[in-house]
Amino acid sequence: MKILKLFFVIFFIFSFNNLAANTDDMKIKITKNLRCLICQGQSVYDSDSEFANSMKVLVDKKLKDGLSENQIYDFFKEKYGQWILYDPELNKNTYILWLLPILIFLIGGAIVVKNFKFRK
Amino acid sequence: MNKKILKITTTAIFIIIFVVFYKALQDTNVYTPKKKSNNEIPLFSANLFYSNKQTDSSELFKLDKFYLLNIWSSWCVPCRSEHSLLMDLSKNEKIEIIGLNYKDKKRNAENFLNELGDPYQEIIFDKEGINAIEWGAFGVPESFLINDGIVIKKYIGPLNKELVKEIQLLIK
Amino acid sequence: MLLSVIGHYSLILGLCLSLLIIFLSIKNFKNSEYLNTKILFSSFFQLILVSLSFLCLVFSFVFSDFSNETVFNNSHTTKPLFYKISGTWGNHEGSLLLWLLVLTLFIFLFLIKTKKQPVKYKILTLLFQQIIIIGFFIFLIQTSNPFNYLYPIPDEGLGLNPILQDPALAIHPPILYLGYVGSSIIFSSALAATCLNMISKKWASHIKKWVLISWVFLTLGIMLGSIWAYYELGWGGFWFWDPVENVSLMPWLALTTLLHCILVLEKKQILTSWVIILSISTFTLSMCGTFLVRSGILNSVHTFANDPGRGLFILVFLFSLILISLFVFFFFHKSTQNELNNFSWLSKETSIIINNWFMMYFLSVVLIGTVYPIFLDVLSSQKISVGPPFYHKLIVPFLIPFLLAMAIGPKLKWVKSNLDDKFSMILLLIISVLISFFILKIFEANFLINTILISSATYLFFITFRDFFIRKFNNIAQNIAHFGFSLLILSILFNSLFSSEIITNLKIGETFDDSKTKIFFKSIKQKEEKNFKSIVANFNIENSKGIIETLSPELRIYNQPNIVTSEADIKTTMMSDKFIVINVVQNQDYFNIRYQVKPFMLWIWLSVLLISFGGLLSLFKKNYE
Repeated sequence: MKILKLFFVIFFIFSFNNLAANTDDMKIKITKNLRCLICQGQSVYDSDSEFANSMKVLVDKKLKDGLSENQIYDFFKEKYGQWILYDPELNKNTYILWLLPILIFLIGGAIVVKNFKFRK
Repeated sequence: MNKKILKITTTAIFIIIFVVFYKALQDTNVYTPKKKSNNEIPLFSANLFYSNKQTDSSELFKLDKFYLLNIWSSWCVPCRSEHSLLMDLSKNEKIEIIGLNYKDKKRNAENFLNELGDPYQEIIFDKEGINAIEWGAFGVPESFLINDGIVIKKYIGPLNKELVKEIQLLIK
Repeated sequence: MLLSVIGHYSLILGLCLSLLIIFLSIKNFKNSEYLNTKILFSSFFQLILVSLSFLCLVFSFVFSDFSNETVFNNSHTTKPLFYKISGTWGNHEGSLLLWLLVLTLFIFLFLIKTKKQPVKYKILTLLFQQIIIIGFFIFLIQTSNPFNYLYPIPDEGLGLNPILQDPALAIHPPILYLGYVGSSIIFSSALAATCLNMISKKWASHIKKWVLISWVFLTLGIMLGSIWAYYELGWGGFWFWDPVENVSLMPWLALTTLLHCILVLEKKQILTSWVIILSISTFTLSMCGTFLVRSGILNSVHTFANDPGRGLFILVFLFSLILISLFVFFFFHKSTQNELNNFSWLSKETSIIINNWFMMYFLSVVLIGTVYPIFLDVLSSQKISVGPPFYHKLIVPFLIPFLLAMAIGPKLKWVKSNLDDKFSMILLLIISVLISFFILKIFEANFLINTILISSATYLFFITFRDFFIRKFNNIAQNIAHFGFSLLILSILFNSLFSSEIITNLKIGETFDDSKTKIFFKSIKQKEEKNFKSIVANFNIENSKGIIETLSPELRIYNQPNIVTSEADIKTTMMSDKFIVINVVQNQDYFNIRYQVKPFMLWIWLSVLLISFGGLLSLFKKNYE
């Protein structure tokens, strides 16, 4: 078991590097997270509507202007509302959304442990 | 006792879900951004249609007048129908109409204006559709009534006679 | 005209038969030494009537009988015969008729195939099933009659939505419905068994067949839908966490949980309440899905004609079913807790309970993510979107322990066990961690979470792979399914990590060239088919090794209705898919080109096939014994 632990420690140290992504990946990530207003079931990345194509150009431009991911989200949120983001941020509207599944997971665990008194 | 509470809560939860679903049935599921009024106009640099010069949005709306920003395109069918109304409105001295030509070919746009007349004081040439997004628009046509650097009213879709009357009243 | 009349009246007769069956069943229930043959006969006759009605609709489509409103709305004389037939269930009315057909078919099969169970149980199951059937009959006849006729008779139909004109989608609904409706049998028989207090080992092994059947069909149905999205929606994705996809995933999660739970119940009398709850929720989730999709409460990429009136009917029907089942559960169910404590923490029981715990968590994530926007909108009129990032954030981290448990669980014995070959299991774990680490290192996509995730999937892969050799045919069905799952997770991960994409605008004759890929836009050709015209573009694509491939994506202009779709061209090989689509750009003379290389695409489908094959094998093994 000791060997196993040691192995994991070394392994994790090696894993923490080059976390940065380039602009292309960032652009894809951002457009995947924006919802298209014309075809409302799709992300901007997936959509080929005129609106979505303009959004893609604009995201590119904003990235070149040096805006961060979150600044770009804020920009679109201000124009079109929270709806435009596929990744709802944690605020008073979405506490239940984010925390209820986790709560269910914990309650589930509690039920399992409480109801099944396992034989030693 | 415990079981009774369980029964009541489960039933209550399902009744709540039912009511919520029932209410949700009455609404439309298509999202349109809220028409926020009394917003400041966005800041951006734009290409002008005729002169091809770069200009600033604050430059375009600097006078102490009413402005109507109209997003249009030669390929947009409803734009054709609202165009005559814009021509009428352009005769009113109190208001200046600024066009935003959305994702168009210059030649087509010129033909469109030659055919139907040009109500615009100035036209922003938005080849890639970026400026329209700065305005928070998502389709053509859309119109914004502006006074003193502030958007008073936003119209999604083509204008009609009633809406033009409303604009006439607002700028009196 | 005649077909519509026959179809319509056989539906009404079918509804009357339902009432007759209920009457006969109640009479039979009081005096239940044997099953009244009249019941069997009426069920058979009902099946015949519904099939007749369904065939009438199919033939109305085949003969393009536009006096029928459904045919008029969804067909056209120029459609190929295959799509005329598949158009039958490509619309709301027809698909409901198909639901009803499968419902009546399954209950009939249930009646003749179930031999060793008490008569009372069979009658009660039939009764509950008839309640569902009556609901569907009324729904069909009242709000969505497929046999409405039009006068004057139109010359030509409006045509089938082009994106539905696809082979995968033509067979997707029937397969999916077999899964959904199979779960209705589980629902009815679980309620019946609860009423008679006979949830037991014996019942478990009897219902397991039905669970497996619907599970296999549901899995295949979801896969077909996903393949369709990959080919037809044209952006190279195969799962979008779209509401319509989520509602098909939810019953699948519940059913998978139930499948594992049944395994425990087959061995010992525990988890009875839990099995009932799962049986009920599987079907209610299917119905809930139908409601969300058909009522148009949620907007989705998948187009469905929707109508609030129909939504209301399904909603009321759905909640009546829920209330009935709550009533049955609370009043009849007596939990038996006798063998409860009788297993160690390191045992098969524990691992299955852990599986249930995680599956329920995944289900709650999908459910909450799908319906939360509705709740928020109604309660506070705030509109938000819940999309892929939400699901990824909440599901992916939990997959890691889930995969590990999946690897170790099946190796444990019932009641109490020791891990025999600890050494080799730890060795395999280290090997899989190292492998995934180096894979990611080589391809420069090194994120900690990815490494751990791939490690655990690789671990499951190795363990199950090894079991093929050391355990031989002992429980091979389970092993195949778990092996398939590890393959699925691995392919999805590699696919999402190593996909590459080029988006560019090209005119004919131009070449796009970056250091790795050359895309040469050779030519365009026009083509004309019976139901569409198309522009076919030809591309030569040269990779860094100098191998040239020709791909020809299309833009199709369908004639009825007049819609432009873009058809991707996909070259599938064992290791990767090359995917290209073109699009017109408004007012420009160039085309927008999107070229993607997607590794392991084929393996995603193959692994799902493997998973369902595992289920199928388990089904036949049971019958053999």
